[in-house]
Amino acid sequence: MISRLTLTTRRLVSRPIRTFSASAADFNDGFPTLRPAVTMFSEEENAVRDMVQSWANTELKPHVRAMDQEGAMRPEILSSLFQNGLMGMEIPAEYGGSEMNFTSACIAVEEIAAVDPSFAILVDIQNTLTNNAVRFWGSQTLKDRWLPRLATDTASSFCLSEAGSGSDAFAMKTTALPSSDGSTYTINGSKLWISNSKEAGVFLLFANAAPDLGYKGITAFMVDASTPGIHVGKKERKLGLRASSTCPLTFEDVVVDKDCVLGEVGKGYKYAIEILNEGRIGIAAQQLGIAKGAFNATMPYLRERKQFGTAIGDFQGMQHQVAQLATEIHAVECMTYNAARMKENGLPFVKEASMAKLYSSQVAEKVASKAIEWYGGVGFTEDIIVEKFYRDCKVGSIYEGTSNIQLQTIAKLIAQEW
Amino acid sequence: MRVMVGVKRVVDYAVKVRVAADKKAVDLANVKMSMNPFCEIAVEEAVRLKEAKKATEVIAVSVGPKASAETLRTALAMGADRGIHIMTDIRTDQELGSLSVAKILAKVASEESPDAIILGKQSIDGDFGCTGSMLASLMDVPQCTFAAKIDFDASTVERETDTGTEIVKFPGLPAVFTADLRLNEPRYATLPNIMKAKKKKIDTKSIEDLGVELSEGNEVLEVFEPPPREAGILVDDVDGLVDKLKNEASVI
Repeated sequence: MISRLTLTTRRLVSRPIRTFSASAADFNDGFPTLRPAVTMFSEEENAVRDMVQSWANTELKPHVRAMDQEGAMRPEILSSLFQNGLMGMEIPAEYGGSEMNFTSACIAVEEIAAVDPSFAILVDIQNTLTNNAVRFWGSQTLKDRWLPRLATDTASSFCLSEAGSGSDAFAMKTTALPSSDGSTYTINGSKLWISNSKEAGVFLLFANAAPDLGYKGITAFMVDASTPGIHVGKKERKLGLRASSTCPLTFEDVVVDKDCVLGEVGKGYKYAIEILNEGRIGIAAQQLGIAKGAFNATMPYLRERKQFGTAIGDFQGMQHQVAQLATEIHAVECMTYNAARMKENGLPFVKEASMAKLYSSQVAEKVASKAIEWYGGVGFTEDIIVEKFYRDCKVGSIYEGTSNIQLQTIAKLIAQEW
Repeated sequence: MRVMVGVKRVVDYAVKVRVAADKKAVDLANVKMSMNPFCEIAVEEAVRLKEAKKATEVIAVSVGPKASAETLRTALAMGADRGIHIMTDIRTDQELGSLSVAKILAKVASEESPDAIILGKQSIDGDFGCTGSMLASLMDVPQCTFAAKIDFDASTVERETDTGTEIVKFPGLPAVFTADLRLNEPRYATLPNIMKAKKKKIDTKSIEDLGVELSEGNEVLEVFEPPPREAGILVDDVDGLVDKLKNEASVI
């Protein structure tokens, strides 16, 4: 009987329903105060959206197709990102950053993805992974060394995956063995699928500093890309995100000072999990941007294109498809920004972040695919941008936790509640 | 030199506007609004004067609804020092006419006494393009409209005309300038500057506070979409084209 009672109580406490309960602060003169909708943003957040939209349409859009074909980012666009403060969004002003909130970073990722998902992943990794890891766990030395550069001129890569460790990230083989006096670490091993590694000036690297301890030896390092012994391999030829470089990295007796250790030795696995939990919201924002980008690129055509004497958008069969996908895009938008707000408010958000990431990648793929169909034959050609969105979204169900891993995370958290 | 710039909140240039059901105006519900592009150019010119140490202060003024504060905030993020918001619920795209806005700006100018006033040459909603000239007349100061280049040292302005540009000399300051497209390329409000703009001051006043008597604007009878373009025809060959141009269009 007692155990039954305990179980019930635990259920009530741990279920997120409690966040909906009203407190005294919610009432003003006896009337409930208005709470903002999840899709309502602050004045600064709106200003960020306006600015990024206009930047992306003016500076980025004219070059998107060419960069996809060239398989490289144009350096002047990369430097424009830095000049406009898009690479150090949450970094405090004292380090030269924009000192904004997490939601603003998600808005920027979304708006850039609606124009070019390759640039969105660069901005996402920089802001939601590297910068935040340094902010959260970096020593003062690391903050002073890297935050000003990350905000103003240095792109970064997140180096976790290896040939034998993808979803099973902690099976990594790369080692960072301490010298006998502990003053340096020598890194050996290789990493795979490292986004933006051609452009990066610094690597947030995960390596095992005590292989005997298993995953509890995994340690995070901030490694300057110019350190001797680091080789950035040939760019992968990919289905999508072609302008973004993805390369293998090899580390051959790379010696780094002990002050390159991010946070505590042996806590790397924890940092990786925590930062990727947040990062998933950023990926959801990217997938949302892709879905909106593909949708918005197609809607005018449904009015223009006439068949059987009628604009194709006037056929009910088309209208219902459009309505269905617009609904799903709205759901993704609510899920993504709700997860972002939960994180900002210090609430547990892991389940919601995984849900947003999972569902956003499904919706992005569906919308991009339908957009091609709605365009008909021409949508299948490179004359129309939607085929690129279709290619670019596919990795959304793979990186920063595959869809299966998201399902696993969500299922595990549901199981804990029941 | 102190510079005053006007900024107006208008329907974003990329929005495909819809006519409202009553056909008296365009529908503004859920429509993206932005700073009028010519006002952006005006702000940029003023901020460049500040950066070149020719201007000591840049004051941005906007007449419009509560949300115009966001437009002012953008001007502050671009580099203006402070803002003045003349709040009104009268629709600024048609009901509040150019003359009323010019009167309001003249009153603000009489309080702020700027040396130069830079406005956009027109706003992309009403497209009247009158406010700058009316303001100069009300203030009885020189006006240099459609500016493609302003040289304050030489007191000259290169103006856009239908046939090219002309350079005119203005007698001196204070004066009103209106910005044309080629005056400069406005910057983005960078993200750090968006945050810094939060700390800058915006004074909010009503038209009544200013004591300005509004002029009657134009009465809008009907707003309608431009007629759709009719489909063209295909001609078989060059001879057919020449024949049609000569005999049907009578252009050659």
